[in-house]
Amino acid sequence: MPPPRGAGRSRRLQMTPGPGVTSRRGALRHAHGSGEAAGSGAERGGGAAAMSTDDLIEAFRAQLRDDPDVASAVAAIRALLGFLKRDRGETIQGLRSSLLDAIETLSRVDSSVAVSSGGELFLRFISLTSLEYSDYSKCKEIMIERGEIFLRKVSLSRNKIAKLCHPFIRDGARILTHAYSRVVLRVLEAAVESKKRFSVYVTESQPDQAGQKMAKALRKLDIPVTVILDAAVGYIMEKVDLVLVGAEGVVESGGIINKIGTNQIAVCAKAQNKPFYVVAESFKFVRLFPLNQQDVPDKFKYKADTLKTSQNLTEEHPWIDYTSPSLITLLFTDLGVLTPSAVSDELIKLYL
Amino acid sequence: MARPRTARRGRPAPPRPAPLQRPRARGRGHPAGPARPSHGGCRAPAATRRCPGCPGDHPPRGSRRRPPCPAPPAPPPSGRPRGPGPGAPAGGGGARPRARAPRGVTARHAAGRDVTAGQGRGAAAAPSGRQGALRAGAMAERAAPGGAGSEAAAPVPAAAQVPELSREEKLQLRKEKKQQKKKKRSEKGPAAEPPEQGAAPEPGQPRVTPHPSSSPTLADGPSDGEKPTGGKSKAELRAERRAKQEAERAQKQAKKAELGQAATPAKPRLTPTEPPTVVKRLPEHVQVDDPAALRKLAKKLERQQVPLRQDYGTKVNLFSHLHQYSRKKPLTQQMSIPSTVIHPAVVRLGLQYSQGIINGSNARCIALLEVFKQLIRDYSTPPNEELSRDLVAKLKPHISFLNQCRPLSVSMGNAIKFLKKEISCLPDTLREEEAKEKLQSTIDNYLREKIVLAAEAISKSAFEKINDHDVILVYGCSSLVNRTLCDAHMQKGRAFRVIVVDSRPRLEGRETLRRLVRKGIHCTYVMINAISYVLPEVSKVLLGAHALLANGSVMSRVGTSQIALVSKAYNVPVLVCCETYKFCERVQTDSFVSNELDDPDDLIVLRKGQAQLGGWSENKSLRLLNLVYDVTPPDLVDLVITDLGMIPCTSVPVVLRVKNVDQQ
Repeated sequence: MPPPRGAGRSRRLQMTPGPGVTSRRGALRHAHGSGEAAGSGAERGGGAAAMSTDDLIEAFRAQLRDDPDVASAVAAIRALLGFLKRDRGETIQGLRSSLLDAIETLSRVDSSVAVSSGGELFLRFISLTSLEYSDYSKCKEIMIERGEIFLRKVSLSRNKIAKLCHPFIRDGARILTHAYSRVVLRVLEAAVESKKRFSVYVTESQPDQAGQKMAKALRKLDIPVTVILDAAVGYIMEKVDLVLVGAEGVVESGGIINKIGTNQIAVCAKAQNKPFYVVAESFKFVRLFPLNQQDVPDKFKYKADTLKTSQNLTEEHPWIDYTSPSLITLLFTDLGVLTPSAVSDELIKLYL
Repeated sequence: MARPRTARRGRPAPPRPAPLQRPRARGRGHPAGPARPSHGGCRAPAATRRCPGCPGDHPPRGSRRRPPCPAPPAPPPSGRPRGPGPGAPAGGGGARPRARAPRGVTARHAAGRDVTAGQGRGAAAAPSGRQGALRAGAMAERAAPGGAGSEAAAPVPAAAQVPELSREEKLQLRKEKKQQKKKKRSEKGPAAEPPEQGAAPEPGQPRVTPHPSSSPTLADGPSDGEKPTGGKSKAELRAERRAKQEAERAQKQAKKAELGQAATPAKPRLTPTEPPTVVKRLPEHVQVDDPAALRKLAKKLERQQVPLRQDYGTKVNLFSHLHQYSRKKPLTQQMSIPSTVIHPAVVRLGLQYSQGIINGSNARCIALLEVFKQLIRDYSTPPNEELSRDLVAKLKPHISFLNQCRPLSVSMGNAIKFLKKEISCLPDTLREEEAKEKLQSTIDNYLREKIVLAAEAISKSAFEKINDHDVILVYGCSSLVNRTLCDAHMQKGRAFRVIVVDSRPRLEGRETLRRLVRKGIHCTYVMINAISYVLPEVSKVLLGAHALLANGSVMSRVGTSQIALVSKAYNVPVLVCCETYKFCERVQTDSFVSNELDDPDDLIVLRKGQAQLGGWSENKSLRLLNLVYDVTPPDLVDLVITDLGMIPCTSVPVVLRVKNVDQQ
C-alpha cells in the first residue's frame, strides 16, 4: 500500500471524522472479494464512509486482480464509480474536484494513458446531464446511473470493435501484431469464430516480453503463431499482409500512443505499403497533441514507480512511443471505422 | 506556370449548352436564347452564323441567328451583358466569342478557381444585362474600367467621366429597367434570361475592346476579332441601342409563352426566380480582367458616389484578374469625397489602409470596428426609415470605399458580416438611442471575445507547446505569435530562443524583432533565403495566419508556404496560430485565384544611389509582381492552435460547422 499520499486530501473528502476511517477501511477490504466494485461494499458498509485514497487504489487493484482480462481503464472506471457512490460531498463542484483527484490518484498508480483518458471521459459523461436538477442528491443519483451506463457501454466496446474489424482479415492472411493487446486478441477470436484461417507474427516486445504472453493466448485459440525479434520487423514485413495493433491512447491528431516499437513497425509498413490498422476503444481518446516523440508527457512514458524513484529520466527506457497519423491507415473503434483525420472530429464531439 | 493565353484565341469553343435552353447568362456565349436582334439590330441570316473571332461554329439555335456583325456598333457599354468569365466554366460553353478576356478568364477560372457556380454571375448578369444594354454608349466608355484589357497600361478612362446621359436620366432608365425586370421575373422561367442576354451581349460584343491595342499587354486581351467599329458616333450608338432595346422588349413579351425551356444545365446558374439556394458569386476583386464585372463595379460605385480607383502598371498575366494599385495615387486624389456620402473617419481609415499605415489582419479589423462604432454614433435615422434597414444601406458605400482603398481582409469581411446581421436583427421596438447603444456594446463584445480573449486563450494553449531550450522560428510579423512568445517568456522556467525570418519588400520581421528584443528574448534574424541553413537547429515553427480556409489550407503572408515546405523537408513541426473568427468558408487549392497585388514600385531598390528596376514600366517585357498572400496546403501544417483548442488542420470544417450551428 503506498503511503497515504495526500492524506489531507482524503480528509477533505470525508465528512466523518478521521478515526472512524480505519475500521471502515478494514471492512472495505473484506468487501472486495468479488469483482463487483466498491458499490457492493458501499451497501454492505451502509454507505456511510467516503472512500479514501487508499481505498480507491485498493479497489482499483482488486478489480485488476479479479478480472485479468479487463482493460485497466475499465477497472479504473469501476473504481471511480464506487468512489462516486460513496462520496459524501454536498456540492457538485466538490464532487467534481474529488473525482478529479481520484482520477489523478489512479493514474499515478497505473501510468497508462487509458486510465487518465477513461477517467476524464467518465467524468464528462456523467456531468453532462447533472446540471438540470437543483437537488444535489437527485443529481448524484442521476450521475451514478449515467456512470453505470457508461460502464456498460465501455465493457461492450471490445465486442463492437471485433465485429467491425474481423471482416478486414481475409482468409489466408498473415498478420503482424505487437506486444500484448486484449482488443487485438478479441478481434482475432472473432475472426476465428467466423471460420477464417490466418497466421500471426508477434514481436517479442522487450523489455517485458509481452509478445510471449500474446503468443500463448493465440496458441490457445489454435492460431498458428510465430514470435519474432523486435529487430526482425523490417525483415518480416514483406511477408505479411497487414499489421494490426492495439493502442494505449489515441491522440487528437489521430496518432496513437502504444508500446515502444510500434512507431518502427508503422514506418516499415508505410515503406512497404502494407495497411496499418489500429484497434482502440473510444475511452482511449485523449486530449493530447504531441508533435513528436519528445512531446509526449513523461508521466505516460515511464512507469509510475520509475517516475517517483529515478534520478535522471534520460537514462530510463521509455515504455511507449507515438505513431503519427500519416502512418496509420484506419482506426477501428466502437464509434466506427475512422480515418486518422476523423478522430479529431470525434474528439470535438466528445469533448465540446 | 505559364498560362497559354494565346491558346485562347485558337481554342475550340467549349461545349455549348443546347441551343434553346441556354439560360440567360450575361452575354455568355452565343445567344442560345430566343432570337433577338443583335449587333445593333442587324439581322443577318443564320447562314452567317459565324462570329468573328469565335473559334468554332455555333450550333444552330432555332430561329436565333447571331449574325456576325462585320461592323458592330461602337464599343458598347463594357461588359454588362458580357458573359461573366468565371461563370463560364460551369456554363462550359459559350464564352462570348468577342470576349477574349472572358474566354481566357473562363479557362483560367476553370483551371483552378474557386468553386463558384457560374450561376452567381449569371444571375447577377441577368438583371444588369438589360441595364447594360440600356446604358449602352453612355456608360460604356465611361464605365469601362480597364475594359477589355485589364492590363491596360494606361489607366482606363473611367473614373473621370463625361456622362452622356445625365444623372437623372440614368436613374430614370435604371428604375425603368428594374421594374421591367421585376415584372418579367415574376412570370418567366429561367429561359427568359437568354433572350435578354442575346441582345445585350450583342451591343457588348464589340464594346469589349474599348482599348483595343492601347496596352501592349493586350496580347491576350479581348480579341482583335471583335475589333469594334470605332466609326459611329455616340449619339448614333445610343439610338441604335435604344432601338434594339425596344425590339428586345417586344420580343421578350412575345417570347414569354414559348419560354418554357429550362435553363441549360450547361450553365448551371440559378436565376432569381428559383428558390434561393446558396448562390456563390465570385467577388469582384478577382475579376478585374472581366470587363463585365468591371462595368458592373463601376456602376455600383458611381451609384454609391464612391470614386473608382484605377489600376496601375502592367500586371503579370497569371494575376491579371486582380487589382494592382499604386500607393502614390491614393483614392482621395482623384476627387474629393463629400462627407455626406462617406464619413470622414472612414476616409481616414481608408487612407491608412491604402498607405500601409495599418497592417495586419487583427489591426485592420479592430480599426474597422472602431470606426464603425463611430459611424453608428454619428448616425441618425432619417424619417420614415427603419434603423435596421437603413443603417445597413448606409454602410454599403463605406464598405465599397474601403474596398477600393485596399481589398478587405477575411477578418474584416467576417466582422462586417457579423455587424450586418446584428443590425438587421435589431428589434423594431427599440428607440434609436437604445439601438445604437446595443450595437456599440455588441461590437465591443465581438472585439473582446473574438480578438482579445481569443488571443489570451491561444497564448495559453501555445505555451504548453513551448518547451525548455526550444528554438522557435517565426516569420514576418503576427500580433498573435508575438504575444504568445512574449507571454511565454514572462512565465518563468521557459528558456527558449527565437529565429526571426524576414523577407522583402515589407520587412515586417524587423517589427517582430524589435518587439521581442525589447522583452529580452534571445533572437536571431535571417532573411528567407537562409532558412535551409537555420532549420536543422530549429525545434518548431510558429506561424500566424491571415485566414483559415474551409479545406484546412492556411492563407498567410507570402513566404509562409515556403517556410512550411522547407520545414516539412527537415521534419520540423509547423504550428499555426489563428483565431476562429478568421475561419472562412472559401476553399482554395492554389494562391492564384484570390490574392492581393501590392504596389509593384515597392520592389524598386535603391543601391548606391541607383534605383534598380526604376524604369520597369518602360520596358515592355518586364512585369513586377508584389504578391501579398499565399496558401499553405493542410498536409504541411501539423497543428492549428485556436481559441477552441488545438486541432489538426483537417478539422477546420468541423469547427466551421459548429460555429454555424451556434450562430443559428
